[in-house]
Amino acid sequence: MLEVKNLAARRGHITLFDQVNFRLSAGEALVVTGANGTGKTTLLRMLAGLSHPLSGKMFWQEQEVRPFDPLLRNNINFAGHAPSLKDELTAEENLEILVRLTGESVSRQTLRDALDKVALGARLNVPARSLSQGQRRRIGLARLTLIPRVLWILDEPVTALDVAGIALLGEMMASHVKAGGSVIAATHQSLDLPNVRSFSFQ
Amino acid sequence: MNTPASFPTRSAYAFGDGALSAFSWALRRDLRLAMRSRAELGVQILFYIIVVALFPLSMAPDHQLLLLLGPGVLWVAALLASLLSLSRLFANDFADGTLEQMALSPWPLSALILGKVAAHWLTTGLPVVLLAPLLSIQYALEAEAVKVLMMGLLIGTPVLSLLGAIGAALTLGLRSGGGSLLALLVLPLYVPILIFGAASVDGIRGGIDVSSNFALLGAGLLLALVGAPFATSAAIRIALD
Amino acid sequence: MNSFKYASPAQFYPLAGKLVSVFAVLATVLLIIGLIVGLYLAPIDVTQKDSYRIIYVHVPAAWMSMFLYVVMAFWYAIALGANTRLSAMMAQSIAPTGALMTALALWTGSFWGKPTWGTYWEWDARMTSELVLLFLYLGVIALRSAIDDPRRADKACGVLAIVGVVNVPIIYMSVQWWNTLHQGATISVGERTIDSMMLTGLLMMIFAFWFYSIAITLMRVRAIILEREAGANWISELSEVKGQR
Repeated sequence: MLEVKNLAARRGHITLFDQVNFRLSAGEALVVTGANGTGKTTLLRMLAGLSHPLSGKMFWQEQEVRPFDPLLRNNINFAGHAPSLKDELTAEENLEILVRLTGESVSRQTLRDALDKVALGARLNVPARSLSQGQRRRIGLARLTLIPRVLWILDEPVTALDVAGIALLGEMMASHVKAGGSVIAATHQSLDLPNVRSFSFQ
Repeated sequence: MNTPASFPTRSAYAFGDGALSAFSWALRRDLRLAMRSRAELGVQILFYIIVVALFPLSMAPDHQLLLLLGPGVLWVAALLASLLSLSRLFANDFADGTLEQMALSPWPLSALILGKVAAHWLTTGLPVVLLAPLLSIQYALEAEAVKVLMMGLLIGTPVLSLLGAIGAALTLGLRSGGGSLLALLVLPLYVPILIFGAASVDGIRGGIDVSSNFALLGAGLLLALVGAPFATSAAIRIALD
Repeated sequence: MNSFKYASPAQFYPLAGKLVSVFAVLATVLLIIGLIVGLYLAPIDVTQKDSYRIIYVHVPAAWMSMFLYVVMAFWYAIALGANTRLSAMMAQSIAPTGALMTALALWTGSFWGKPTWGTYWEWDARMTSELVLLFLYLGVIALRSAIDDPRRADKACGVLAIVGVVNVPIIYMSVQWWNTLHQGATISVGERTIDSMMLTGLLMMIFAFWFYSIAITLMRVRAIILEREAGANWISELSEVKGQR
């Protein structure tokens, strides 16, 4: 599905990585690990099509893609460090706006069900500024389930989540993979995923 | 290898697909956000009113002099009011990650930007147009002059928002805060709008037909509408890289 | 051997070094002769007396100021389109010289204005346009220095320079329009035939400014190459770098 050849990145004069090669098929998960500052976020942003590699090539289903390619934008669900929430809007409004942005339409009932599933059902109408960091992350989890994209790219998805939240995330990722989707995640938490490979930065 | 059946196979959108949905998504979201922080909006409008009121205090409030200065002062104040709110046009979305999601949306980024710019104009440009007749009283402008001034502002202020968006996108995330740098980048580009806008009001005193100035402002608006969203989306992608 | 050989900084660096000396010598020689011709040999102007002689600096500076902006935007456009490092470095090295020429044109213009118009600053169409052009140059330079990552700076300045180059003619026309609207008759020295000695001096000065701009831009681009390619193998092989160790 996604293949990269000789990907390289540099920050200032420091080479973060080069010669990154891998191929990810449908129904596979890839966990990216490595110490801080080794380029995990840079790699994930590159794979999502946000950032230009110094050199190397990326292919989506055998077709070469460049950053912001519509193929990537139509098939990838990227969740970065920041949860993309607006303090002034309620949990439900935030979720609706984020789902709509991907071109999907969504009913009120679907939104409520999704928020129920991440245990935010009682916080529908609370402005995001009064939610805790973990609860804000949970809106991100609800967002994952509402956007039908084959590849999830998640940067440090467990940050600020409690034990139950991490379990929920693991469950969601596992069922996505079982359904034939793929996941690329940067995390140090073991998430008990099927069909998982790991990629480690030195 | 094919995408599993449980996921929609999406091929690339054709050029312009979803542009209208993107525009209305951005416009409605930004208007809603603006309504939730009305106090901030009020402060921006007050800034405009105060700047206009300060000029007569810096000199002898002679009616003839005020009449000469009025249109120019109102236009310069409109420029500054637009500039003041520009630094936040993309900065919040950039900081909280929404801008990333916008750039990765299947919708065209330039249409999303146009929606945001439209919201910016409705919340900062339109109040400036609507307040102009009230503030003109301070400068003893006549009814005919006020009419021309409002028309000019109506055509000219959207150009300020469009050009300003380019500068706001270029200065995203810069350590110098972006505020004064944004002014340096954007104000020189505002020069033609200021000249044609203020000249249209002067024109009636000299008995010159105002339509040529409006035509030039309109041409500027068209050019900015066509070019600015693309320059802005290029700048946003650069800032995200 | 293809013509793109010199698009690589490693190939361009030594070539630029040779060109710098050629253009620096040419510029110096032409500047000395041009100034002698302009300041001593050319006849005095009937109406403006000796004060007209500032044109030997003013006219070349004003020409270069506008021309260099277009050249800078051209290199930035190439850098954006083809993603070539060297063209962005060329554009980066042109900006300070362009700003210098603009400032020089404004400065000499106002010194000419004092005896001729009786004031250092007149809201003349050309002077106003030069002032806006100076702001455009300073904007590109300031944006560049505010961005840490040189690759991001290249692209951001590229977008700004292209937006600027589209706007320069519009700004110029709007200022012209504004000037005729408010001043009626523009201040002009009147048409008259120019003495051949005056013309010779002026042409020599124009070429001197050209060659100076080329030489200084190439010198600066060499410094930028060293700074940005530091760590590349070919740089540690250079004799001037080896000598430092």
